[in-house]
Amino acid sequence: MAYFQVDRLVKYFGGLAAVNGVSFEVGQGEIFGLIGPNGSGKTTTFNMISGYHRPTSGRVLFQGREIHRLPTHRICHLGIGRTFQVVKPLGRMTVLDNVIAAAYSRVNTHHKAREEALKAIEFCGLMPVRDVLAKALPIAGRKRLEITRAMATRPELLLLDETAAGLNPSELVEAIDLIRKIRAGGTTIIIIEHIMHVIMTISDRIHAINFGQTIAEGTPKEVAANQAVIEAYLGTDYA
Amino acid sequence: MKKKLIPLAVLAVVAGLPLVMRDNYYLHLMILFLMWVVIGSAWNLIAGYTGQVSFGDAAFFGCGAYTAGLLATHLGVSTWWGLALGGFTAIAVGLPFGWICFRMRGAYFALATLALNEVLRHGATIAESFTGGMVGILIMPSFTSKAPYYYIALAMAVASLASLQLVVRSKPGYYFVSIREDQDAAESLGINTHFYKMLSLAYAAFWTGMAGALYMNYMGFIDPHVVFNLHDISIMAILVGIVGGVGTVYGPAVGAFVMVAIQEMFRSGFFGLFKWLGAVSGSDSLVRVAAVLTQAHVLGFGILVVVVILFLPNGIVGDWPKIRKRVFRLDVGA
Amino acid sequence: MDVFLQTLVAGILKGGLYALIGIGMTLIMGVMGIINLAHGQLMMLAMYVTFVLNTMGVDPYFSLFVAMPLLFMLGVAIQKFLLNPLLKTETILPENQVLMTVGIGMVLTEVVRFAFSSDYKYITTTYSNETFFLGNISFSMALMIAFGIAIAFTVAMFFFLVKTDLGRSIRATAQDKDAATLMGVNTGRITVITFGLGSGLVAAAGCLLAPVYYIFPDLGGPFTAKAFIITILGGLGSTVGAIFGGVTLGLAESMGATYLGMEYEDIIGLTIFVLVLLFLPGGFKRLTKI
Repeated sequence: MAYFQVDRLVKYFGGLAAVNGVSFEVGQGEIFGLIGPNGSGKTTTFNMISGYHRPTSGRVLFQGREIHRLPTHRICHLGIGRTFQVVKPLGRMTVLDNVIAAAYSRVNTHHKAREEALKAIEFCGLMPVRDVLAKALPIAGRKRLEITRAMATRPELLLLDETAAGLNPSELVEAIDLIRKIRAGGTTIIIIEHIMHVIMTISDRIHAINFGQTIAEGTPKEVAANQAVIEAYLGTDYA
Repeated sequence: MKKKLIPLAVLAVVAGLPLVMRDNYYLHLMILFLMWVVIGSAWNLIAGYTGQVSFGDAAFFGCGAYTAGLLATHLGVSTWWGLALGGFTAIAVGLPFGWICFRMRGAYFALATLALNEVLRHGATIAESFTGGMVGILIMPSFTSKAPYYYIALAMAVASLASLQLVVRSKPGYYFVSIREDQDAAESLGINTHFYKMLSLAYAAFWTGMAGALYMNYMGFIDPHVVFNLHDISIMAILVGIVGGVGTVYGPAVGAFVMVAIQEMFRSGFFGLFKWLGAVSGSDSLVRVAAVLTQAHVLGFGILVVVVILFLPNGIVGDWPKIRKRVFRLDVGA
Repeated sequence: MDVFLQTLVAGILKGGLYALIGIGMTLIMGVMGIINLAHGQLMMLAMYVTFVLNTMGVDPYFSLFVAMPLLFMLGVAIQKFLLNPLLKTETILPENQVLMTVGIGMVLTEVVRFAFSSDYKYITTTYSNETFFLGNISFSMALMIAFGIAIAFTVAMFFFLVKTDLGRSIRATAQDKDAATLMGVNTGRITVITFGLGSGLVAAAGCLLAPVYYIFPDLGGPFTAKAFIITILGGLGSTVGAIFGGVTLGLAESMGATYLGMEYEDIIGLTIFVLVLLFLPGGFKRLTKI
């Protein structure tokens, strides 16, 4: 039984198949990368995993249990957290309150929620801005807030959707460090990324898709050398 | 510390009022004000905190009022039982109401609540054998003096504000605001948004229903047009919230005071000021202005809505820094 | 059988007029996402304009040429000075725009009440009461003319939106404001024009309705409600949908009044509204992809 498995996922929007038969398995403790050109179906796959879309067909299994028909909040309680490609800060709440709201998914009193929230904020390096309104944060801060919030829900599996986009080189280094730290703490990670440098560096294995279908899977080196992948990307970005 | 004393000081003043003021007219206005504090706070929770702007609060108000009234006419029981039960009937009506309306978001939700409000109003009119139809319900008021009603209303207002304070700081409070800010993000954080939206609706329905029951007991007369009224109840509730400041605990209280005052000001031509001025100065035109103002109170409301939305979108409490700057020329230093 | 046919005819004729009321709103809602709760009040205003002109001897159908431009300009002013500013302010509640239209509606109603009092007013013309018969079914002349003109306007609207540049700009703005701006459409101007157009169309409905209905300040509310039902039934931004929605509502009301009772007229519309919101959120448009 795989730790996490996506089995022949298909999603149609009207007549268009956004995802058309994607399957992969992720082992516990892995950092698993998902790459593909724009519009290839990566975020739709994430949305199906986290319950925002129902698959047209196919299954998602987490620790042997089918989760693709569960509502999103149940999936969170089962231990799967996610960040959003277009960040969704709870704008008029402070960073601390954002994370407290997340922490409430695991504890029930304000005191404990605050404690948990501060721990997550410390871990992710947002302590200096904890009393700032979320909408006042620059993009790097907002992306980090997405991760911090997700971490406060104590996920066993974390879905990161393009957390590195829009960051400058030093911010990128910090982001990579944080992701490594998260994995070291025992969380399995599936990461969607466009910035090749990031995903090639930190992933244990990579799955490449195009037009909703798998085109390659393997170690970063293997995938980078794959003919179909190179064609799909026309060789951009590899640092 | 100072900030916390203000509400307590106000409470002391309000509590002591009936002892010093004998004029029934002003006591009446205060009772209305207290009732609107309850309704406004309730609306504030579902709209200001949870972000679901309901245009149908009259539905809950009417339910509570009719519960109280029907208990008397059909079961011969005192209408005061309506206070206890009115909240619960309102919830019973509110839950399916919410289940239907929450399927939609944003402005469609608002429209659906409006439609449902109207359905209830027409329903109450049509179901003549049950509700008395357009004739309405008339009961004998329990007390001759206003003081008992005043203190009951005061107790309700204080209770509603206190409970709002409690809710806002609790887990549901955080969840409500999260839903308002971003429903999808909230879901990803493990929040059962559907459940919590219903919860906030139940809270709003309960308090508004109780206010309706109070109204039945106090005024002694209701009919579908009065209690299910879109403009006088639903929209008034929204105005109370918006003028005072949504998303703040005391906003609606401020809003209730301002709205009741303004409403009465128009209705009475600035409390009879113009009439008196006219009589004193013998000026005919001043008397006519008084008459005009009385007629124009709804117009005044309409203009108020437009002006408040344009210039004070976050209400008096919400935009207080802005007001301080402009009106009092005090720079808060942003 | 005759009763049924009569009800059917009455419903369809009413429906044509309703379509005209709905098409203004569906345009405004479809293009700008603005919920205009003052729509009925704008119509009411047009009816009073018709009334005033009538006392000066002008035929209601000629009032079309006065009321429509007048209301067009009023609509433009409302959008420009009262609604556009709202798009920029940052508030907790996005529904401020809806509330603003409520306020506008209230102001319009009360100003009219002030000027004309709440008395019901009537316009009688030579053809107001004229009917002609097909077998046993009577057709109201005025409603027939109204139906004809309404359909003509609706069809004209359809071609305007599809064939003209301005029409295409409006549809572009409706589909994606930012994309339209990037393609050179002055979306600010378009929203203003669209609100004006919507107002002008509902003004036409008012002029056509005036000879057969009574005129009073509070008629705005029920007609705004009808406009919504039609818009939601037909689907936002769809002219054909407006026709479908209008006729459906006209028929439902007609049937309801005949077979259930007069007092059920309003509640039928509202019930349809809620049902459509629940079960067919895209309206008729969704079924036909027009």
